[in-house]
Amino acid sequence: MTRRSWIGWQFVAPFLAVFALVFLAPIAYSIHLSLYRTKLIGGTGFVGLENYTKAFEDPQFWSAVGRVSLFLVVQVPIMLVLALLVALAIDSGRLYGASFFRIAIFLPYAVPAVVATLMWGFMYGTQFGLIRYVNDWFGTTLPDPLAPDLVLAAIGNITTWEFVGYNMIILYAALRVVDPSLYEAAAIDGAGQLRIIRAIKLPALRGPLLITTMFSIIGTFQLFTEPVVLRTIAPNAILTYFTPNYYAWQLSVGGQQFNYSATVAVVMGLLTMLVAYVVQARAVRKAG
Amino acid sequence: MVAAPTIRPAARRQPRPAAVRIRKPKSWTLTALTTVMLLYTLLPLAWLVISASKTQEGLLSTFGLWFGGDFALFHNIGEVFTYQGGIYLRWLGNTVFYVVLGAGGATLLSALAGYGLAKFPFPGRKAVFAVILGAVAVPPTALAVPTFLLFAKMGITDTVWAVIIPSLMIPFSLYLMWVFATDTVPDEILESARVDGAGEFRIFFRLAVPLLSPGLVTALLFNVVVTWNNLFLPLIMLKDRNLYPITMGIYTWNQQSQTVGGDVVFHLVITGSLLAIVPLIAAFLLLQRYWQSGLAVGSVKQ
Repeated sequence: MTRRSWIGWQFVAPFLAVFALVFLAPIAYSIHLSLYRTKLIGGTGFVGLENYTKAFEDPQFWSAVGRVSLFLVVQVPIMLVLALLVALAIDSGRLYGASFFRIAIFLPYAVPAVVATLMWGFMYGTQFGLIRYVNDWFGTTLPDPLAPDLVLAAIGNITTWEFVGYNMIILYAALRVVDPSLYEAAAIDGAGQLRIIRAIKLPALRGPLLITTMFSIIGTFQLFTEPVVLRTIAPNAILTYFTPNYYAWQLSVGGQQFNYSATVAVVMGLLTMLVAYVVQARAVRKAG
Repeated sequence: MVAAPTIRPAARRQPRPAAVRIRKPKSWTLTALTTVMLLYTLLPLAWLVISASKTQEGLLSTFGLWFGGDFALFHNIGEVFTYQGGIYLRWLGNTVFYVVLGAGGATLLSALAGYGLAKFPFPGRKAVFAVILGAVAVPPTALAVPTFLLFAKMGITDTVWAVIIPSLMIPFSLYLMWVFATDTVPDEILESARVDGAGEFRIFFRLAVPLLSPGLVTALLFNVVVTWNNLFLPLIMLKDRNLYPITMGIYTWNQQSQTVGGDVVFHLVITGSLLAIVPLIAAFLLLQRYWQSGLAVGSVKQ
């Protein structure tokens, strides 16, 4: 190797070492674990794909996958559209106090998910809940957000609150680097605001929107903190297999079923990559 | 996007011409619509600040979005720091420790690797890229359970390393630093430094790091948030209360209110939560010029 190629490796090596330890090794170890099963008699033995067959027939696993999939198709579009609208509004130059809006709407990102969930959970709840006061004052009977059939939407609201600003700031940052001469040219051609958004701004946001969509998909499939914390407030509404991650955690910590837990983690990793890949491929095809 | 061949990132992003800006009248309608979003954002934070000022009794008996009863904020803060032998302070210290080593280390590793990938054509670079970009698609928490199983096998669960080591790898940070290094460190000054006989790591720390600083601040802040806010990793890795970060501490205080015979300390959960978010919000507000410019450069490339 030449001196420079050797140097390049030296810069990358520390990251790769950690990468191997916290990424490659756990995946390899999980795949290994997923091929074994501990039996009451005979100890741990190689069972091939038996754990995977079990996962595919496991109603609890699939109800968890179904829940995060529903979450994905409802919450992610709402969040990203809101983020896009706010980014466009702030970038339009027509807002009073635009920089205040920008920083204030971003702030929830700095709030830990534990705190965000506790705040919303208390606000939803019967203990210090705002719902209770609204009902008392207006004589309404608003439904309980922490009831089993509404709790997923309640979590959707929490994650939307947490991440609208984060996505907005990424989209806004991308809008700031659009070449200003494009706007001038459009203005000279008599293009209105909506036309400028459609012809200049949205195309410029295609890449960042793809990135934020990817991160949102990944984030949705790994949903964990919000249900775990909310369970301390609404134990009856959140089951231990509420999301795949929650289920995997329960299996390993609660049930000591390490082999099956590893299988669930592997399947979820594959599913996430698959969905992320399909979305990316579609986006690229549209762009091309 | 690069209009002038300067090497300062700040100078590259030119402000929009005044002519375009002046022609746009401000809109009350748009401001009002965006204010709806602002209220949604600020409502829980207002609730938190107001609730932190209440006693346990006041929390249950007074309306959540207005002050009521005694103003107990300072009393609550005092109790947060003394409850259970002052363990809150220890949790706060643990979080700072995890953040300094985890987020600090992650930023350093990503800066080195991002710079290495951006500035050196070495054999295997494409393969490194492919593997790392593929890794971004795998959710970190899908990895948490496998990592726990591996660390349990290695016997390092329930130690600080179980929290710090996984925090060292943040793919988003690497991506940001790679884009930033490609964009803001010109090859010419690296070449001239080499001609002068400077070593590569010296060149990196002396010449590249100052140029990379807006990107470094951005990556560091985002890494700090990820590490500071993490619950899954400590929840899965730690049993010893004395090793908990602040998020775990707040979680367990809230949990004990739910257990039979547990001490109900909602007022401490709330005031402790408020205290835990102040440092991060302050950091974002104080450093906003740096991270916002850093993010803008980072978002250009795809």
